[in-house]
Amino acid sequence: MKGSIIIISFFVIGLFCGLNGLVTNAFEQYDLSFYVLCALMFCVGISIGANKESLESIKKVDPVFLLLPLVTILGTLVGVSILRLFITSHSLSEILAVGSGFGYYSLSSVFISKFKGAELGTIALLSNITREILTLTLAPLMVKYFGRLAPISAGGATTMDTTLPIITRYSGQQYVVVSVFHGFMVDLSVPFLVTLFCMI
Amino acid sequence: MFTVVLIMLSGVLVGLLLQKHKLTWIYKVINMLIWLLLFLLGIEVGSNKQIIQGFAKIGFEAILIGTFAVIGSVIAAAIFYRWKIKKQNIK
Repeated sequence: MKGSIIIISFFVIGLFCGLNGLVTNAFEQYDLSFYVLCALMFCVGISIGANKESLESIKKVDPVFLLLPLVTILGTLVGVSILRLFITSHSLSEILAVGSGFGYYSLSSVFISKFKGAELGTIALLSNITREILTLTLAPLMVKYFGRLAPISAGGATTMDTTLPIITRYSGQQYVVVSVFHGFMVDLSVPFLVTLFCMI
Repeated sequence: MFTVVLIMLSGVLVGLLLQKHKLTWIYKVINMLIWLLLFLLGIEVGSNKQIIQGFAKIGFEAILIGTFAVIGSVIAAAIFYRWKIKKQNIK
């Protein structure tokens, strides 16, 4: 939670700087954010490749649960597609790109703002924060009405870090490995799916 | 856009090669880059009048998308969970 607050603070500080014209948008000319994004993705790649524990967790998981990341991805994409009936200001592919953040708001918002503009990037930021907050606050209800896997699916890409403690508590200790594996796989899918839906 | 994904994949290869080393610093670097990027996104949003004027609408849409994403995944997880339990019982 502390991490999320710091991240949001940086966004808000930037917001105020932009609003008051404290910082000129000179960065834009040099496309600074693109190079920073490339550096970030390189580091994210290294952290995935070097993450032995997550890679090894795959071997310990009950084979049936290997499907759970797919279930989460499909459920999310169907869920946000239905919303397209009510939101007409954005195309289906834009809504799918936002949904494909799976709660990984920092990365997805940066990605989407780079390729689809700051407005959709902001939507990605806020909607994926919403997802994390809903998971953190509603996990007990989710387990009660939708079963032990529900908070894991709801948590999306965050289930190997920020939402792991709450999942451990309400789904049970036996789902920790599933949760880490799930978060790892969904995390990995974010750059691919977001890029895909931004291109369509 | 492909460039970015390719850069990430090359990072994965580097990571696999460096598996023996402790790479705790990489998470710090990732955090700082994310902070910088969100700061830059904040500046971009703040200096864009259209977004600021429509912020309430944007915020509402964002909450809707987040909520529907959760509803969709929770229902999918429930169906999957029932199916798994049934399969277990048959065994």
